[in-house]
Amino acid sequence: MIPAAGISASPADAQVRPVRASSLMRRSLRLWRTRIGLILVGALVLLAIIGPFVAPHGQSAFIGPPFSNPSGKAPLGTDHIGQDVLSRLLNGGGSILLTAIIATAAGLIAGTVIGMAAAYARNALDDVLMRGMDVIMAFPQVMLALVAVAVVGPHNWVIVLAIALTTAPRIARVARGAALPVVERDFIACSEAMGVPRWRILFVDLFPNILGPLMVEASLRLTYSIGVIAALAFLGLAPNPGAANWGTMIQENRIALAVQPWGAAAPIIAIALLTMGTGLIGDGIARTAAGIDRARGAE
Amino acid sequence: MNRFRSGGLTGFMLRRLLLGLIVLLMVSLVVFAATQALPGDPARAILGRAATPQSLAALRRHLHLNQPVIQQYLTWISGLLRGNLGMSIAAQQPVTTVLGPRLVNSSVLVAVSAVASIPLSIAIGSWAALKREKIFDTLSTNLLLALAALPEFVVAVILVILLATTVSQVLPAVSEIPPGSGPWDHPSALVLPVLTLVIAVAPYVSRIMRASMIEVLESDYVEMARLKGLPERTVMIRHALPNALGPVFQVIALNLAYLAGGIVVVEYVFNYTGIGSALQEAVVNHDLPVVQALAMLIAAVYILLNLLADVATILVTPRLRTRL
Repeated sequence: MIPAAGISASPADAQVRPVRASSLMRRSLRLWRTRIGLILVGALVLLAIIGPFVAPHGQSAFIGPPFSNPSGKAPLGTDHIGQDVLSRLLNGGGSILLTAIIATAAGLIAGTVIGMAAAYARNALDDVLMRGMDVIMAFPQVMLALVAVAVVGPHNWVIVLAIALTTAPRIARVARGAALPVVERDFIACSEAMGVPRWRILFVDLFPNILGPLMVEASLRLTYSIGVIAALAFLGLAPNPGAANWGTMIQENRIALAVQPWGAAAPIIAIALLTMGTGLIGDGIARTAAGIDRARGAE
Repeated sequence: MNRFRSGGLTGFMLRRLLLGLIVLLMVSLVVFAATQALPGDPARAILGRAATPQSLAALRRHLHLNQPVIQQYLTWISGLLRGNLGMSIAAQQPVTTVLGPRLVNSSVLVAVSAVASIPLSIAIGSWAALKREKIFDTLSTNLLLALAALPEFVVAVILVILLATTVSQVLPAVSEIPPGSGPWDHPSALVLPVLTLVIAVAPYVSRIMRASMIEVLESDYVEMARLKGLPERTVMIRHALPNALGPVFQVIALNLAYLAGGIVVVEYVFNYTGIGSALQEAVVNHDLPVVQALAMLIAAVYILLNLLADVATILVTPRLRTRL
């Protein structure tokens, strides 16, 4: 939707030397925001992984009257049909996280390859690829996912494909922007002269040089993917309507916010902390990458 | 991109317009292919497994499915150009009749949100840039960062918890606009949806405004203006602001376009009677003509806003004009 707020998506941020991903991560950990983000994301991921094993009740077990308030048996009360909110909270994060990670990774890979190829080609291929990306970007992410689900049905693979498809052009733009100044540099011409195969130039020479902006954009896209996937479930289009899902829970239990707020508030808090966490990590990496650029400019 | 460097500003605008039209044409192909030309039978997808052969045949005729695919596309696209969007399957009325009033409602929602959020975020961003690293800057930057990460429906439900149900009940939780009346008849119904959209947009615009303003404030010409002894107000309003706004236009347009998608979820949360909730309903009801019309409409708005952003950026940034 929106490039990384102009911090490092501009071609001017192209780096003089490659920043290793590990060193960028390490440096960004000096910032508090990155640490807080990692703690938040770590806690929520842990909750999603361990949750199903420690849940006190089955995710579809009826344990009391609908919308009953928190009690010893159900610490967060019950939901719209009398299931345990805590157990559903513990069970409901896995599918969102897994779908978001797979979809973002797929979009990241496709977008990076397309963006690098476009920047490297600098000819008609560049135009064709990037205008194709424009076509996909003319659809808001939620809308394309909705249309895909309308036509094919709410299956996991449809959602993954729709998110990956809408993530790729946004990544491709950043990758191309970052790669454009790099492909003009002498070491690329040198590799070409030495007869290095094209795929090696792209992945060994070019790729490490655009990692900084890519990592920033990737964390931003992950934040959005989580939001869109949860929103689809919220709109009533979860792949498995009966299963616990944070988005579905908010939708099912929000009518009773005045009497039993936890049914909707608990998954709201979970999603909010998760996306804030990924957002903070992304911002930490962005600041670090921008800081490295500034320091180099002063050299 | 500008391989054909001729024609100055008009030429540039014409080229962008042409490019936008080409993208729109491609979009129409994608929408059509996705909704109608897919392998499989759209009529059966709409009516479900229990449909009788007669009703299937009737619907196929209705959707022109008995014609060749190219013919179907041409019928659809020429209807689209003449403002004939077909019949809504769920409502049994022309799509234009179904969507017309809802389009007005949604436009009002987006317009009010834009009018509220843009000056606000420009002010926040400029102020944060002026008071860089002071309390206001630190607070607003971190708060906006946290808000930016929240999905809109999460923001919306949090606002409902805070202002319409659990914590306090000062505003209605449901913003239905009854047929025959406009959103202006129900101002209190607009508050929460608008607030949600403002929170969704303001972080990005104010963030880019802050970055852009900081860059401008460090530039030589602002230094020069200050050294000339101009009052700080004049320096800000006459010299810094116009130049800082350039990159912001792009982000504002992107965010307005984003609003076009964001209203789908926000309208659904508040049961607001607009095109966003119409899209959600059409998807659930398999009402493909409505899905097609809305997909084309939202994509067209998106392309148009991007176009305007490019032109506006060029117009407000003198140094870019010479490069055309």
